[in-house]
Amino acid sequence: MEQVEKKPGANPKNRREKLEFRGKGLAGTGCAGSGSKSRLNPQDPEAGAGVNLGVRLGDLTLPNPVMPASGTFGFGEEYAPFIDLNRLGALVVKTITLEPTPGNPPPRLMETPGGLLNSIGLQNPGLEVFLREKLPYLRRFTPPLIVNIAGRTVEEYGELAARLGAAEGIAALEVNISCPNVREGGIVFGTVPEMAARVTAAVKGQTRLPVIVKLTPNVTDITVVARAVEDAGADALSLINTLQGMAIDLETRRPALANIVGGLSGPAVKPVALYAVWRVARAVKIPVIGMGGIVTARDALEFLLAGARAVAVGTAGLVNPGAIIEVIDGIKTYLQEQGLQDVNELVGALQI
Amino acid sequence: MQKLEAEVVASIRIGPDICLLRLKAPAIAATARPGQFVHLRCGEGLDPLLRRPLSIHDSGDGELTLFYQVKGRGTAWLSRQHPGSKVDLLGPLGRGFTLVSGRRLALVAGGLGMAPLFFLARRARELGNKVDFFYGARDRQGLHRLEALEGLGIRLFIATDDGSAGFRGPVTALWEKQLKANSYDRAYACGPRPALAAFASLAAAAAVTAEVSLEERMACGFGACRGCVTALRDSRGEKYYENVCTGGPVFDAAAVCWEG
Repeated sequence: MEQVEKKPGANPKNRREKLEFRGKGLAGTGCAGSGSKSRLNPQDPEAGAGVNLGVRLGDLTLPNPVMPASGTFGFGEEYAPFIDLNRLGALVVKTITLEPTPGNPPPRLMETPGGLLNSIGLQNPGLEVFLREKLPYLRRFTPPLIVNIAGRTVEEYGELAARLGAAEGIAALEVNISCPNVREGGIVFGTVPEMAARVTAAVKGQTRLPVIVKLTPNVTDITVVARAVEDAGADALSLINTLQGMAIDLETRRPALANIVGGLSGPAVKPVALYAVWRVARAVKIPVIGMGGIVTARDALEFLLAGARAVAVGTAGLVNPGAIIEVIDGIKTYLQEQGLQDVNELVGALQI
Repeated sequence: MQKLEAEVVASIRIGPDICLLRLKAPAIAATARPGQFVHLRCGEGLDPLLRRPLSIHDSGDGELTLFYQVKGRGTAWLSRQHPGSKVDLLGPLGRGFTLVSGRRLALVAGGLGMAPLFFLARRARELGNKVDFFYGARDRQGLHRLEALEGLGIRLFIATDDGSAGFRGPVTALWEKQLKANSYDRAYACGPRPALAAFASLAAAAAVTAEVSLEERMACGFGACRGCVTALRDSRGEKYYENVCTGGPVFDAAAVCWEG
């Protein structure tokens, strides 16, 4: 299988063009450390080998700040023909529910300008099959494994946490309280701060694993939910989940999705996501994983500046399975070009 | 399954909105099977965002041929690509048709459903099968590649809704007539869903093993997103959703839940 990843420096000419391009947009933002622009020779393949890409999310250490977004990465195996999974900052699998979830009827997808509307409905084989058939495969890889969970009740979240916490090879849980496509639970837990806090506390009470809570943007003030979840013990936050939306087929005069409503993702949502991350990062002390419309390293770097400690690539990977590797390489290249030693220097370094 | 940049060898408009695209893609052409598809980026920017899945119409000599209708912005962009330009594609993707040898086969194509069955007809003939190819369209203008089809050494049966060519009526009705006179070992179909449902019930009544190639809106094409599912019934008759991209696009006609 041919891999799509592009090794930086494999072609010095291309690489320099890339560097010049990347340098333009953010030049002059005065981000931390940019005062000492000891530019490295871009033609030196070993240049910047000492750059630190590692980040910490509470007790969770990632080799680099770029992970796939849950729901777009299947159970990892789908991407294996295209990329080296060991290069990712973390592996983040699709939402697991206690029982198998069949998902919503098709059509489940609709392309919109620069975006993708989906109503998958958390289709997954359930906890038992995950533990038996998916987890052994995922354990073979070195990046931390983050398992995303959703329950129909607070108790189900707790049970999922207890059972996954007892399994081997899981580094953290991501709690999905923000799926717009299921009738029970899902987004209901994410829009009411007290409910979000109860779910968080239930999960924390059942496991010692770091707990990341994934927030929905479909609220009036996302910082209220973020603080409620932080107070309930969350170790990190991830945001944003998809934005609720719909599409209509004028020919048939019917909704484009069988579920009528769906969640919007892709480049179209990036400004909304960036704003949410910026606000939440200033409102809480726990680390934030930023996501929503990230396609390139430049997008990812903007999220870091806005305050995200790590980022996730979602919809872009569905179009280009190598996108996540390109983002990792691009961040490293940017650090080298800017003369920065550590990616953490960029986190929250936005100049207002 | 690979991601690569394929060079356009030829892009020919063979109807008002029908195009043939020949791509130089030896790595994909070498392993492509009838019924599989490729997933193409149709534009350079972020919009249109998603790839477009196109079934493989023909394959050989390091080339892939795609047959498609210009429907929207993506396919319009594709139709403007000239020889020498590069197209980003993933492939070959999906499960293709079951190939057999030395049998009597019926291939039933409705409209654009002719696309993958052309490649199947070629391979089936190479494997020593007798092939009856049933091809239906709304009218004479909707029929394409007739000479090329005949060149495959098949028996060609034509149907049009308006009777402007061949049998007047649905292609499944034309097939039904032959179904009584011939004993087919296997049947294959691709076309609009109602036609496929009719095909499946005819095949079931005649106890002919049948496969259909389905279409759904698709995002990744490699099984990650679970977006392109179709409803199937398992051996116990229970309904479940299967990815069209990796579980299909070719399915056992008897397993498909035609009511949705």
